[in-house]
Order: sequence, then structure tokens, then C-alpha cells
Amino acid sequence: MASIIVDGKTYDATDGQNLLHACLSAGLDLPYFCWHPAMGSVGACRQCAIVQYQDENDTRGRLTMACMTPVSDGLRISIDASNAVEFRKAVIEWLMLNHPHDCPVCEEGGECHLQDMTVMSGHTFRRYAGNKRTFNNQYLGPFINHEMNRCITCFRCVRFYQDYAGGEDLQAFGSRSRMYFGRATDGVLESEFAGNLVEVCPTGVFTDKPFSASYTRKWDLQSAPSICASCGVGCNILPAERYGRLQRVHNRYHGELNGYFLCDRGRFGADFVNSDERFRQAGEKTDDGSFIALDNEGAITRFAAALDAGDLIGIGSPRASVEANFALRTLVGPDRFCNGMSTAEAQLVDHALGMLRNGPAPAPTLKDVEQADAVLILGEDISNTAPRAALAVRQAARNESLNMAPPAGIPTWQDAGVRGHAQDARSPVFSATPLQTRIDDLATRTLHVPPERIAQLGFHIAAALNPDYPAGAQLNEDHTTFVRDAAAALGAAQRPLIISGTGAANTSVLEAAANVAWALCNTGKAASLMLNVPEANSFGAAMFGTQPSLDDALDMLERGVARTVVILENDLFRRVDRARLESALRQSNTVIALDSLQNETVDHADLVLPAATFAECEGTYVNYETRAQRFYQVFLPKGDVKPAWRWISDAARSAGRTDLAWDHIDDLIADCARVDAFSGLRAAGTQAGFRGSANIRIARQPHRYSGRTAMDAAVSVHEPMAPSDEESPFAYSMEGANQTAPAALMSYTWSPGWNSNQAVMKYQQEIGGHLRGGDPGVRLIERGTTLPDMMRFSPPTADTPTREGLQPLAVFEVFGSDELSSEAAAVQQRIPDAYVILNPEDAATLGVEVGAGVRDPAGSARFAVRIDPDVQPGYVYYGSGLPGGWTNTPTAAVTLERDPEYQPPSPDHNLIMRG
Amino acid sequence: MSEVVNVQLISALSKAETAAIEAEIAHLPNRESAAISALRIVQERRGWISDESLHAIAHLLGMSAHALDSIATFYNLIYRRPVGRHVLMLCDSVSCYVMGYAGIREALIEKLGIHEGETTADGRFTYLPNVCLGACDRAPVLMIDEDLIGNVAPEGLDEVLARYE
Ligand code: SF4
Ligand code: SF4
Ligand code: FES
Repeated sequence: MASIIVDGKTYDATDGQNLLHACLSAGLDLPYFCWHPAMGSVGACRQCAIVQYQDENDTRGRLTMACMTPVSDGLRISIDASNAVEFRKAVIEWLMLNHPHDCPVCEEGGECHLQDMTVMSGHTFRRYAGNKRTFNNQYLGPFINHEMNRCITCFRCVRFYQDYAGGEDLQAFGSRSRMYFGRATDGVLESEFAGNLVEVCPTGVFTDKPFSASYTRKWDLQSAPSICASCGVGCNILPAERYGRLQRVHNRYHGELNGYFLCDRGRFGADFVNSDERFRQAGEKTDDGSFIALDNEGAITRFAAALDAGDLIGIGSPRASVEANFALRTLVGPDRFCNGMSTAEAQLVDHALGMLRNGPAPAPTLKDVEQADAVLILGEDISNTAPRAALAVRQAARNESLNMAPPAGIPTWQDAGVRGHAQDARSPVFSATPLQTRIDDLATRTLHVPPERIAQLGFHIAAALNPDYPAGAQLNEDHTTFVRDAAAALGAAQRPLIISGTGAANTSVLEAAANVAWALCNTGKAASLMLNVPEANSFGAAMFGTQPSLDDALDMLERGVARTVVILENDLFRRVDRARLESALRQSNTVIALDSLQNETVDHADLVLPAATFAECEGTYVNYETRAQRFYQVFLPKGDVKPAWRWISDAARSAGRTDLAWDHIDDLIADCARVDAFSGLRAAGTQAGFRGSANIRIARQPHRYSGRTAMDAAVSVHEPMAPSDEESPFAYSMEGANQTAPAALMSYTWSPGWNSNQAVMKYQQEIGGHLRGGDPGVRLIERGTTLPDMMRFSPPTADTPTREGLQPLAVFEVFGSDELSSEAAAVQQRIPDAYVILNPEDAATLGVEVGAGVRDPAGSARFAVRIDPDVQPGYVYYGSGLPGGWTNTPTAAVTLERDPEYQPPSPDHNLIMRG
Repeated sequence: MSEVVNVQLISALSKAETAAIEAEIAHLPNRESAAISALRIVQERRGWISDESLHAIAHLLGMSAHALDSIATFYNLIYRRPVGRHVLMLCDSVSCYVMGYAGIREALIEKLGIHEGETTADGRFTYLPNVCLGACDRAPVLMIDEDLIGNVAPEGLDEVLARYE
């Protein structure tokens, strides 16, 4: 710690940090543009000028850029000195010369960093009367608008897009006052992190396209803290509502997880909440197969009657909250509750959970991932299954350059200096995956081999690190080199990280990853083990146990042991073989489906009940690191939509049950916390009883929220009552204790003078550090209880048997493989047609070439053919979950045939080739 | 993997161009470092850098066309639009300004019938502004192709232009 003296007052500062960081951390206001807390300083915009003094006798000082000046103990500076003030005012006046002043029609208006800085710098009167330069804007795809005239040339966009996120198709063009930030030609921004430009650009050049189509000012948006529902990472988000529509998603800072950035699946995928496929009323199937609507009472009565009939079985879901799963489990009893994953997937997820529970290597936070100094990836294409984690690995690869900087006298925050000095130097990242991934470019060495071989590589690496670990079958020379180099890099690291997951659908891959992490732990290394899981609450669902499995559950229906099945937020057609499922459902007396969107399972139900989405209720998801995180209701759903647990509780009560008589979700959570694995559940969020200062709740609406009484005037002139909310610490109000509440409960980001999301600094303990009052969520497993015996797995002995047909392996798409986000209109424009990838030999055998089509003679699945020598002969890789392809994961070898009717799609500029 | 190899793009460069670019690459640490030389080599032969040339060069250098275009557009002597047979640059910096730039500009516009950034209909001249030709002692100056012409006066322009057909 150092002290600095700013305008005569002494403040604490971190030694070696830059002065801008120090001033902002101290709570002082100092304008800036080009500096970004996650990207460091480049000194480009000149907006953060201050006066620095030599000593206490120096009264003149000299102008300097705060973001480029290191803190040193006793340093004296002034923010308020008149020459600094004048300089900053002049800078913003230049920056604004060509700006179109179109705030009233700009989506950034009201939350614009440029507006804030202009006001803060005191440039309130325009003197320039000349012409302004103007640009043509580009089409950048379904997510992002482009309005280049608003640019102030801070370079943040390209620094984020290229340097931070590894994208190549956003560039700076031209020079001087004609700098242009865009693509060489119109087209979709390729990076799955492009959506962050909306928040990174300090003005309205890049704005959220779906949001702007139904635009609302920030101050008119209602919001509450939430969790992304689109993968197992569990990024913290701020969804915002107006007129009963989820209007947009912004990042919600989390110091240990997503930091300042989200991926586009999460940002633009949450729009599934507004999908036309939503149903908002309960329905009962009639004899002719159509549904008739039931009102709330009728639906509860019907549900209760089905419960009375007995012989229940409940199928939960890894995309439903812990609470909803718990409610169903309580309803049917633990022996009759299946967690809803396919049997194979449940085993993998359970195995991964066991490794975290029992092994010595903890799951890393994303902050830990960023700090890893050597990374081994086994089998999981996180660039498509856990995109935000891939972005964290990209930062980990930079650690070598951060290590090289200080000896050369370059502070680590001096971004251009660090990058220039390091050139291409990177920390070691070794990756073995079935196919090329979008982080291959940063890897020291990559291999594209099938899961069985990936497992072998892993076992060998563990054995190379620690001879007590079994190596298994011999490898070829190239793979032996990979093993040797990876082991050497991991062995030399301080904080090695092993990444794997369920994506390769292979137990041995997981076991090999665990062996490597544990072998490192056994040699005293602080190794961590990231095991990615498929869905937002995979671990949460797994924590209820894997018995009975989904196969067992279907068996019970087929054998008549169970006659009524309650299916919770789960499209089983994505998980089990169609014929089998249809038969099981046909055998059942009553199929009850609770869900939010129409799907095939809902179509097969006798009773359907409209369930609230994550944005419309409270609940908890458990992420890949076993962090339980609460999401809160952002807005009241329309129609009879209710949280699934509430439907279950209402029906149980109506059937005379008392053990599900929860009045509030907190009652349910208290019960659920009695399940061993969930003893930490209460701490995952804040109870409804929480009151902030002045004994009031936290407002969902900003203090400038307008039109509450008139918003629905087109429908009714009666002033609506503000809804009351007994479930959460939040109120449907603009009055609340927001400024003093713990930062984990921020429902919007705002601070006096800081209307943009940059205000998040005021919620942090230190810039870029933890949130005030702690980061949200609680890790249910902090660190495995290291067993006395050294933990290790043995390599599989049997070689892969030779089989008829092709062995299917799912590969993943950031847009298209996830169920719910694929229902978002903008995301749908980015989903590729169903495809298979074949080895050239197998393609020749089938008589197909790139651009041809194949079909599965056993069903209706059709695919476009791609060919890639990375695919091992005998395999067929297919894009998981893509419309038109296999809906569920084929479990056995498949045969394919040329599809004579296949029409190649017309080239669509919204689609980007994999890799 | 599913790499789209566009044969046409590669063949958009002539053998001589490709050879000249490869020769530059030979004494550089990586292929991308030859970007500026490659742009110059192609422009020398074709007068300007078309989108097709841009993609072909990017492909040859193993970099994205977006990144190469960022470099190409930074330099005012790399032309991303077709230019005339002769490129005329008139310095509009302080010394030239003081020494009569305005009159020369006016005369040029009148004689050529074009403004800055435009090309005469017969494709003979492209007129571009320039911030410094490094010859203040001979201000006002203009440059046609590689010839620096100092102490220009509106009256002498006809004679100067006549040298370039
Ligand atoms: S587009 Fe935005 S982020 Fe990029 S340079 Fe311009 S103002 Fe900065
Ligand atoms: S999809 Fe996953 S990585 Fe993307 S924002 Fe959501 S939780 Fe984060
Ligand atoms: S923020 Fe310091 S120069 Fe831009």
C-alpha cells in the first residue's frame, strides 16, 4: 500500500497501479475513455489529464495522463488544478467536434459514458460551427447496430475485440479524423463476444440491435439481479424489462466469474423469454388430441386429481432451478425422482461432481482461470460450450507477457507496452479436442483426435508428472511429444489448470483430466480442475442424486409401476430415443408437463402448465464450480404463468398434502437446505426479509422511472396497482435502498454523475476487484475432502470395438446447441443448418462431397455434409441440437446415406463457418 | 478443417507479383510483416489495390483481409480506389498555404475539372491533397507521380500538366 495526495487530501493506493485506477478506487471522479479496467491503459484519448507535483514545494507541477502514471508513495497530484481542468475540457471539445449530437435518437442516450464525461469535463457549449465528417455504416449481423458518426476514436472496440477476445474482423481503418471502426466489408461480426462492444464502446457506435427494435431508455427499464440460463458457467446478468417484455441483457459484474463480459449466447439468447412459443395458460388434452384451456383453479384441480391417482414419477431437469427440482422431488419422493438428464449424461455429470467432492483439486473461478500459468484442455470445446470460460483462457495465455513486462520496466497495466514487448510470447496452453476450436489460435500445441485418444493422452500426461499414475497403452511418436511437452509445462507452472467436461461424452476423458490435476496436487502444486457441464443447473440437478436414471424412469412407466409422470421443464425428446419415449408416454395414464415454451414433450402431455422463465421467478442455479447463485424475478409474467414449484405446491395442497405447503420460496429453500448437498443454499442469495437503509426494500426501477401510471393507458386508463412482491428483497418501485445495499443486490448500475455501466466501479471494493459486500453466490463444494489414499483412475483396458456403421460424436455450436437460447429470434439467424462432419475416406465411401446432403434412414434427420481430415475414420461428428438433425444423442453407431433431395442452403451471410 | 480455399483469390496475383512478395517475406520474421511491401508491389503493377487484390494478398500472407485493409487504409499512398494514369498531390500545409496554395488549387480545379479525391473523365489525372511533401523551401509544391515540382504558379500550370499525358 502507498499513500497519494490528491488536491491536498491523502488516500490509500496500490503501489505500482496507475493513478487513474487509484483515483477511481478512492472514489474520486476523473474522466477517461481509452482506459478500461479489464484492458489497462494506452494513453490514447488524453481525457484523464491531471497535474503531478515534484514535492510539496512544487506549485506549478506538470500535466500528465493519470492512466499512464504509476502510483508511488507520497505522490502529489491534482485533479482540480485549473490547467488540468482546462486541458480536459479542451480534449472533450476536440473529441466532440464531429460528433452528431444525436442523443435523442441514440440508443446509448441516458447511459452514455460520452455524455457523462462531457458533463463531467464541463464542455457544455458548442463552439465549432463547421461541417462534420460523416461515414457510411455497416451491416454487422443480427446482434449489433453500427453508427460510426458517433465515434470518438478511443480504440476501445478494437482493443476488446482483437486484443482481449481474439477476433480479427473488426479493425481500425484510415487515419486522422477519418478513423473508421468496422469490417473490411459489411457482414456479421464473427466473434461470439461482439455483444460486449455495446458496453465497451463509450458512445453509441455499437448498440444492441434487438433492443433498439423495441427501445426503452435505461431509466425506464425495470431489472433485478439474475443468472444466465444458457450454459454451465453461470454468468451474472442484468435482464431488463418494459411493457412485459424482456428488453435486453447487460453484464452484471461478478469479481470472480464473468467480470465485465458476457458471451452473445447469453446476451442475445435470453430473448427466448419473449418467444411466440411461450404458452401462458394451462391446457388439457382432449380426445381429439387438441388442447383446451384451463384457468388457474381448473388446472390446479386437474393436477391435484392426477396426484390423487398415485403411482407418480417425477422427471426433473438440469435447466430448472434447484427449487423447482426440489419441489418435484418432494412431491414424488426421492425414490421416484429422476433428475432428468439422459442416463449417460447423468453418469458423466455425477462423476464430475464426485471428482470435485472427493478430489484434492478445486474447481477454479474464472478469475482463477485467467491467472493460470499453464493450461491443459482435454476434450471440451469450451469456445462453444462455455464461451465465457474460453475468454478467460485467452487471458491466461497472456500471463507470460505480463511476467515479462516488470523486468523490462513496463507496468502490467500498460497494455500497449506489455503487448509490444512480449510480441508472440504466451503461457503454455495444450489442447486436445475432437475438432479445431476457436481458441486453438492461442494454444502452444493442439491435437484433434477422438475422445478415446484424448483420454489416453491425459493418462500419459498424469503418468509423466507422477510415475504412481498408470499410463496405459503406448502412444505414437507425435502424441508422445505432446504428452512430454504438456507435462513439462504443467510441471513447471505454479498454478496449472486442467479443463475438461462432459462434452466429449466419455468417462475416461474426465478421469484422465482428474488424474492430471491430482498428479499435480500430489506434487504440491495448486492445480485446479474445471469440469464443464452442459446446462445452467446440471450440477444442481445432479446433487439430488442420479437414482432412478431416466432409463429407469421410462422402465417404470413401461412396466406400469408408475402411471402418472410429472415432467419439469424438460424436453425429453432431446434426451432419449424417440420410439422408446413415445412408447413410455403412451403407457402412462397422465403425462403432466410444466414448461415455458412449446416443445415436443409438451405436445405429448395430457396436462400442460405454464411455468415461469428465469426472468419471471426466483430460483437458484449451481454452476460448473458448484457455485449456487440466486436469480430474482425481473417482472411479473403475463397470463397464468407461475414458477414451477408454485404449481407443484398449489396442486399438492389441493390434494391435501401438507409437506409442500410453502408460502414463499424462502420456506422451500429452508426445506431444501436440509438436503445435505444444499446446506449452503440459503447463502446463495438474499431472503425476502432483507431490508436496506430506512427499512425499505431494493427498487427494481431507477429513480427516474417514468410512466408507471400511464404505461398501459392504451389498454386501460385505470392506474394499475404496483405489484407487491413477497418473494424477494426487491420491490416493484422506484423507491428503494439501492445505494446502500450490498452490491450483490444491485438491480441496475448507477451512481451520481455515472449513468453508464461504468458506474460499476462504485460497487467494487477496488477497481476490477470483488463487489462491495462480496461477490454473489456460494460454492457448495469449496474444496474436495482429500481422501487419505492418493486418488487416481486407471486407463480403460479394452480397445474401441470395431463396429458397423459410424460412431456418432456431438460437437457443439455456441448458437444452436443450447435449447432455450435457440428460441431467441436474433440467435436463430446465427444457427447453422444441421450438419455432419466426415473423414474424407468415409465421405468417399458414402459417395458424398462437401455441399451434398446425407440422411439417417432410421428417422427424419437430414444433414449438410462437411469433410474434415481431423475426423477419425469410422466417426461421424454432428452439430448437437441443430434443427433438422438428430434431436437426441444417438447412443449406438449410425448409418447414413446420400440424400438425393438435399438442397444446399443459399449462402447466408449470417452464418460463419466453424473454426 | 472446413477451410474455404478460394483458388481464384490466389490466382488474382500474377506469378511475378507472388514471387516479388515471397522475396520480401524471405528476410522478415513472419509473413504478415511483409504487408506494406506486398501492397506496394501490387499497386506498382496495377495502380491501386482492389478488394480482389486485397483478399489475394491477405491470403498469401496468411492474415485476415480485415487486418490487411486496416494497414492499407492507414497509408495515404496506398490507393483502395482506382486512380488516373497520373496522381497529382498538392501540398496544403502551412508553408505552401502561405505561399499561394489557394490560387493553385483554384486553377487546378478549373483546369482539370475535378476536386480533391476525383479523377478526370479521361483517366489522365487523380488529384489528392497532401499534408506535407517535405519541400517548404520550394513552396508551393505539388507532386505528380514521382516528380516533385516546386515554386509553382497558376500561370505555369499548363506547361507542367502538359508533361503528363
Ligand atoms: S467505435 Fe466506440 S469504442 Fe471504437 S473507437 Fe469509436 S468510440 Fe471508441
Ligand atoms: S452462455 Fe454461458 S458463457 Fe455465455 S453469458 Fe451465459 S453463462 Fe456466460
Ligand atoms: S484514459 Fe488516460 S489517456 Fe485515455
